[in-house]
Amino acid sequence: MAQGVWTIAEQRDGEIRKISYELVSEGRRLADALGQELTVVLLGSNIKDKAAAFGPYGANKVMVADDSRLEPYTTDAYVSVISQLVKANEPAVLLLGASVQGKDLAGRLAARLDVAMAQDCTVFAIEGGTLVATRPIYAGKAYAKVTFENSWPQMATARPKVMSVNEPDPSKSAEVMDAAFTLDDADLKTKVMDVVKDESGKVDLTEADKIVSGGRGMKGPENYYILEALADVIGASVGASRSAVDAGWRPHSDQVGQTGKVVSPNLYVACGISGAIQHLAGMSTSKVIVAINKDADAPIFQKADYGVVGDLFDVVPALTEEAKKYV
Amino acid sequence: MNIIVCLKQVPDTETQIKIGSDRQSIVTDDIKWVMNPYDEYGVEEALRLKEKHGGEVTVVGLGPKRVTESIRTALAMGADKGILISDGALDGSDSLAHAKAIAAAIKDLQYDLIFTGQRGVDDDLGIVGATLAEALNIPQLSLIVKVEVAEDGKSVKVQRPIEGETLVITSTLPALITAQKGLNEPRYASLPGIMKAKKKPLAEKSLADLGLNSADFGAGARKMKILELTPPPAREAGKIVPGETPQEKAAQLAKLLHDEAKVL
Repeated sequence: MAQGVWTIAEQRDGEIRKISYELVSEGRRLADALGQELTVVLLGSNIKDKAAAFGPYGANKVMVADDSRLEPYTTDAYVSVISQLVKANEPAVLLLGASVQGKDLAGRLAARLDVAMAQDCTVFAIEGGTLVATRPIYAGKAYAKVTFENSWPQMATARPKVMSVNEPDPSKSAEVMDAAFTLDDADLKTKVMDVVKDESGKVDLTEADKIVSGGRGMKGPENYYILEALADVIGASVGASRSAVDAGWRPHSDQVGQTGKVVSPNLYVACGISGAIQHLAGMSTSKVIVAINKDADAPIFQKADYGVVGDLFDVVPALTEEAKKYV
Repeated sequence: MNIIVCLKQVPDTETQIKIGSDRQSIVTDDIKWVMNPYDEYGVEEALRLKEKHGGEVTVVGLGPKRVTESIRTALAMGADKGILISDGALDGSDSLAHAKAIAAAIKDLQYDLIFTGQRGVDDDLGIVGATLAEALNIPQLSLIVKVEVAEDGKSVKVQRPIEGETLVITSTLPALITAQKGLNEPRYASLPGIMKAKKKPLAEKSLADLGLNSADFGAGARKMKILELTPPPAREAGKIVPGETPQEKAAQLAKLLHDEAKVL
């Protein structure tokens, strides 16, 4: 009988990523609801000294797979190792992060294990001993509550920045154990040749605490410095609507919406964005939404916690100055 | 080089989604069905690779008869032939089952590369590509924005943006690539293209044609059960920030974000 909750940690260059703590915190809550243990699985090269990070957040055990071929991440190597560990230990619940890496890994892992996988979930619960996951579909225009049938482990990914992180308790520690696995070089068909760092130095939109976003109302790429200035003061990343991206004003990677990134920052400031349904779909899980638009009838005001009816070219620079008082 | 592109038909992204009275599905009246936007990038990339390296592009769709329109669109853009997997027994199947049916249709074809969209903009699961790659036992390269096939046609180099970085990855062929926005700008079908498309081969296959058992498909075989669909949590319109001038409004807003919302 499958037993226990597992979360797959995500690290890059030996640094544990924040999503890993979100997962272990949520994993703890689910493990408590099931009355079972929580195990974190950590993969990487020379990574064992990082295993102690998870006990204070609620992990009972940390299973470490240490191998030079597990750094950097490749789908082939990770799926091979984790599928072996899952088959040998039979956890009841398997959670990953819906980061770029996590989504890639979870998809292939689910296929290897031949189980269903609920992607990019925003709420988890245990009902009658079974995992129930809520996930936005149609980019958030509807929500689906799903569960699993004849599908073990019950597998899901959590949307980054949605699950709250437990207050770490330094008095708690987890048992660290070495994972038993084999890795065949013949199975490793992909290779990371190079890693190009983004020059902007800005936090990726999916991980940003604050986002300042501009749409058609920006009138042209030359005006985004207004948003950059506000973003610099409040520590935000800059996003864009589809129309701004399609017009070539901003790169594709900046697009928020149904065919772009789905974001959940604490603060989302929409400037000159009318609020087309495909845009709202991508940012409606933001905690606080501000809209700045000169059209008082713009649909974005129906979703905004705070609306400013006014010309963004006046309001945003003034807000940048005012914000300096608080940061 | 031979390339297969998988495509799905989805509601246009401007569609307002309404939930059906069964709370299990959406209301499909008045929906404008389009080719999944991410699949369009796959079609375009396949055509560009064909133009450079030669070979044939086959489009594989799954779903009801209306999916033929999207396959014809891809043929009009320049793809060579189409396959529609259509069977009443597929109704209510989950993505795992869809991927297995597509794998059955592809496994005996000659291919060097397979493209799928990184996800369907309907159920947003993004697992068909991975499941298909697993079923065919080939590597997957997800969320790709640049594809370069080696001159000898034996390997591929791709760019994959992750949070804050872009990875340059090489893979042996055959491989499966899931297309991300930024990969290319899909072409429009030309009028001659549309005329030609009408004469291009489009085969329809049932589950039996693919040697599959209908009992493994449909709602009864789902591993992911939908308990309920709901509208998104309501977001109440908030307050309009008062003030006579932009400066006053900005000052009020900053104060509210600090004192009340506590995000500044």
